[in-house]
Amino acid sequence: MTTKQVNVTINGKTVSVPAGITVVEAAKMHGIDIPVFCHHPKLEPVGMCRMCLVEIGAPMVDPKTKEVVMENGAPKIAMRPKLETACTNRVFDGMVVETQTQKAMLGQKSTVEFLLTSHPLDCPVCDKGGECPLQNLTMAHGPGKSRFIYDEKIRLDKQVPLGELIYLDRERCIQCARCVRFQEDIASEPVLGFDERGRKMQIVSLSEPGFDSIFSGNTTDICPVGALTTADFRFGARPWELSAESSICTQCPVGCNTTLNTRREAKAGGDIVVKRVMPRQNEEVNEIWLCDKGRFAYHYAESKERLTKPMIRKDGKLSRASWDAATKLAAEKFTKNKKDFVVLASGRLSNEDLFNLKSLADTVGGKAILYSDMGGGDVTKLVGVGAGTNIGKLGKEDAIVVIASDLYEEAPIWWLRVKQAAQRGATLIVANPRGTKLDKFAKHVIRYEHGDEVKTVNDLGKKNKIADEFAKAKNAIIFYGSDGLGVNGTSALASACGSLLKETGHVGRANNGLIGVWQRANDQGAFEMGFEAEADLEKALKGKAVYIAGADPVGDDPNLAKALKGAKFVAVQDLLETATTEIADAVFPAQAFTEREGTFTSGERRVQRFYAAVPVKGDSKPDFAITSMIAKQMGVILEGSSVRVVFDLLSNSIEAFADLNYDKLAETKEQFPIVGRSDMYYGGTTYENVKGLGVQLLPMAQVGGTVRIPKVRKEAALHPKEKEVLAVPINKLYDFGITVSSAELLEQRIGETKISMNSSTAKKLGVDVGKNAKISFDGVSGEAIVNIDDSVSAGVVLVPRSMGLAIREPVVAKVK
Amino acid sequence: MRVFEPIIELSKGLGEVLRSFLFEKTVTYQYPEVKREVRPRFRGRHVLNRYDNGLEKCIGCSLCAAACPADAIFVESSENTDEKRFSPGERYASTYEINMLRCIYCGFCEDACPTEAITLGDNYELSFTDRKQAIYTKDMLLLPVKAENMLTPQKVEPKVFTRSVPQMEDPRD
Repeated sequence: MTTKQVNVTINGKTVSVPAGITVVEAAKMHGIDIPVFCHHPKLEPVGMCRMCLVEIGAPMVDPKTKEVVMENGAPKIAMRPKLETACTNRVFDGMVVETQTQKAMLGQKSTVEFLLTSHPLDCPVCDKGGECPLQNLTMAHGPGKSRFIYDEKIRLDKQVPLGELIYLDRERCIQCARCVRFQEDIASEPVLGFDERGRKMQIVSLSEPGFDSIFSGNTTDICPVGALTTADFRFGARPWELSAESSICTQCPVGCNTTLNTRREAKAGGDIVVKRVMPRQNEEVNEIWLCDKGRFAYHYAESKERLTKPMIRKDGKLSRASWDAATKLAAEKFTKNKKDFVVLASGRLSNEDLFNLKSLADTVGGKAILYSDMGGGDVTKLVGVGAGTNIGKLGKEDAIVVIASDLYEEAPIWWLRVKQAAQRGATLIVANPRGTKLDKFAKHVIRYEHGDEVKTVNDLGKKNKIADEFAKAKNAIIFYGSDGLGVNGTSALASACGSLLKETGHVGRANNGLIGVWQRANDQGAFEMGFEAEADLEKALKGKAVYIAGADPVGDDPNLAKALKGAKFVAVQDLLETATTEIADAVFPAQAFTEREGTFTSGERRVQRFYAAVPVKGDSKPDFAITSMIAKQMGVILEGSSVRVVFDLLSNSIEAFADLNYDKLAETKEQFPIVGRSDMYYGGTTYENVKGLGVQLLPMAQVGGTVRIPKVRKEAALHPKEKEVLAVPINKLYDFGITVSSAELLEQRIGETKISMNSSTAKKLGVDVGKNAKISFDGVSGEAIVNIDDSVSAGVVLVPRSMGLAIREPVVAKVK
Repeated sequence: MRVFEPIIELSKGLGEVLRSFLFEKTVTYQYPEVKREVRPRFRGRHVLNRYDNGLEKCIGCSLCAAACPADAIFVESSENTDEKRFSPGERYASTYEINMLRCIYCGFCEDACPTEAITLGDNYELSFTDRKQAIYTKDMLLLPVKAENMLTPQKVEPKVFTRSVPQMEDPRD
C-alpha cells in the first residue's frame, strides 16, 4: 500500500489522508460519517445505492496556463455541478468535500425516500431490526413522510429459504449487491446473483443446494437490511436484548475471534444460553469474517447429553458420586499404577488445562499424549511463523506453500486469506495428491503420489523453477496438514518443511515459517505444553492407567476401544456423555468453553483469551480444576481455582510464554475498517474487538536460539496387493464429530459417509457409483457411498475422518 | 338558651344525615359483590387481544419489552406456519410473560405495540400469595375465544395471512 499522503478538506476541515482511498474512507478516518449502504470497506466500490451523495470540488485550473487559479491567497475551488458518490470518488490533493450542505443532505434524504418506496417496513418482525443500517440511516437522514403511493409497493412472498442456512426476504432487499460482491470477490464462490431488473431486481441463488458456500453467514452480517438472515437465529431474540461476551472459535486452529450473544431462554428452563455466534474483528486473524461451521456449530455446549455430576463405577455400573469420592478413587488408582500412568488429552482443552495435565504427568512420571493424528508440533515450536505474521498483508514477492492439506475443509478462514493473498499476487504453491478447491488460485499445482510428501518438499529445496520462486520470495509460509497422512507421515513432513524453510532463510521473521493445519483448535497449545502425538495409540493405552480429557477414543475407533477395555483404570473428563465415558471407571463433568475463561494457542501461535459467557451447567468444573483436585489427592499441588494464576505459572515455566501475561492478551489497538460501533452501516454487524487481540509467540528461530530440526525417519511405503487399495484419511469440514453434529441445522451439510476414488479404481473394484460399498481395513469395517473424484490417484481410496470409519493413517484396505 | 344550642346543632346534623340518606345517591359500593365500572382510560391488568377470527394480534416483536421501564415483560418468538398459525405473518410470541410485581401500569407497552395486541384492561383485582403467581403467562393474558375453532394455533388457508403488521388504511397517527 502506498504511504503517500494528500490533503483533503472535508466540511471545512483540512485533513491528511493516504492517497488513493475513497472519500467515504477518508471521512471515516477523521470521524466524519457519510451514510452508505452498498459501500463496504472490504469490497470494491460500485456506487449502486446513491446514499453517499456529497458535493465535491477541486482547485480551479486555468486552461491556458495550466496553473491553479488563486483567490485571496488560496486556490479557487470549483464545485462540481452535480452531487457525486463519495464511495467511488478517490481522494486527490486539494479536494474539497461538503457532506452537510443543504444540497447534499437533500440528495441523501431523497435516496432514503426512494429506497423506502419498496421496503415493507416490517421492522417489528425483522431479525435485523435494532441493528439495521436502513433503520438507523432513515432515522438520521430520511424523510418523515413518503410522497409515494402506498399501493404501488412491491409485494412478494415473505421469506424464501436461500439454502437451509440463510433466509432471503426479497421485499426488504435494497439491491446494494454487498452479498453478491462478497461471494464473488471475497469468498470466490459466486453462488448469488441478481435476477430481473429495475424494481423487480431480486437476489437468487445460483447453486444446488441453495447458497452453497461455507461463508454464507457473513452475508447476513454485511447485509444493510434484513433481506438476508440466518436460519439459526431466526426470531431468536431482538438484538438489543442480547448480552455480548468475547470468545474464540473452537472448531479449527485458525482461532477466529468471536462474540457470543446470550439471553435467557424459556426452552432451556430459564437458563442463559448462547443465541448466536458473531465474528469479532481481528484483522490479523479472521478480519471480520467467520465461516459457517464456526457460526452455526456451537450447539454442543448446550446439548442435553451434558455431564453434570461426577460418577464412579460401582459393581460394574456407573453411579453418581461426590467430587471428593470420585477424585479420591482416581488418585488412588493413578498412584497405584504410577509407572503406567498416561494422560490422553485433546486440543479442545485450553492452554491452562493442558499445562496442569502435563505438570501432573511430569510429576508422577507418566506420559502426556495429544489425541491427534498429526505430529510435528516440535517443529512448529522452532520455526513456526514469526510474531507479527499477518496473512492478510502477504502479496507480491511473497510465497505460500500448502502441502497435504485441504484448507477449504480444514481451516476455511485460512483458505480465504491464502486465496486472497494469491489474488494480490503472492506465489501460491499447492501440493496435494488430489485436487482441492485452492488449486485454481495457485500459481503452481504439484501432484505427488501418496507417500512422496517428503520428497516433494525436498524437491522444493533443489534447483528448479518452482523452487527458485520459493527461495527468492521475500516472505514464505508453509501450511502443512494431515490430508492423507497419519502421525508418522506428518511428523516427517513437518521436519522436511522445517528444514526447507531454514535452508531458504524463511524462518525467525514475521510472515515466515511453518503453520500446522491441526485437527483441533488448541493442538498447537498442547505441543507448547509438551504433549506429543503418538502414532501407535493402541499400544500406548493398553494395560495403562489412563486419564482422558476432552476426547472420545472409544467412540472414534474400535481398536482404541479394545485397548482401553484392557486398561487398568480409565478416568474421563468431558462435556458430554460419550462411548468413552460409558466404559470409564471414573467420570468428571467438565465445563464448556462458553462457561469459563482461559486461553487457546492458534495454529499461527497466537495466544488468545476467551471469556465466560453463560452460567456453569450442573456440578461441572473447568478441566484444570478437575486435574488439580485429582493431583491434590495424589499429593501434587497444582493451581485449581484461578485461570490467571495457572497462566502465570505457565508463563514462568514454558519458555515461549515467558513474556506473556494474562492482561497483555487482553490488549487491543485501533483497527481499520472501523466496525461494531453505532455506525453499523459501515462495516456490518461484526463486533468491535475490545477484549484482546492476543499475542503471537516467538518461535525459537526468532528468539535466536539454536534451531535443530528433528530428523524423522520416513516409514516404509505401503504396498497394497492385487484387489486391495490404499485407504488414506482426509478431513471434512462438517463431520460426525460431536462438536459439529449437535447442530441440527448442519445435518444436511454433514451428509452421509462418502469414500472417493477415481473411476478406473471403481471399475476395477467393481463398485457402483453413488451406491454403498463395503470397506474394511485394520480391524475396522463399514459401509460408505462411493464417490468419484478423478483427481485421486489410481488404487487410492479417500476415507473421511470422523465419519464413522476409524482411520488415523494410510492403511491397506479392501473395498467391495 | 345555651341548653338548647347543642340540641339544635345535633338535630341539624341528624337532619343532614337523614336528608342524604333519603335523597342522595350512595357513593360507596358493596365491593366485591358490586364492582365499580372503571374510567375509559383506566390502566388495569394487561390483555393480549385477538383478531375477529381468533388469531392473536401479538407478533412477538418484543417492542413492549423494550419500552417497559420496569423490565417486567419477557417475550420469545417463534415462526408461524400455515399448518400451525398463531398470528398473521411469520412471527408469533411463543413465550409472553409479564411480572405484575414489577409492572407500574404506565401503559408504555400499549404505546409501543405495532399491532394493538397488548392493551391495559379493566382488571385491577391482582393479588398474589407468592412471587411466582405474579408472573402472568400468555395463556392468562390472552382474551378468551368465542368458539372452540377460534383457538390458536389454527390450520389456515395457505398464503392468506402473510403480513404481520396490518395495513393501516389511513396511517395518520
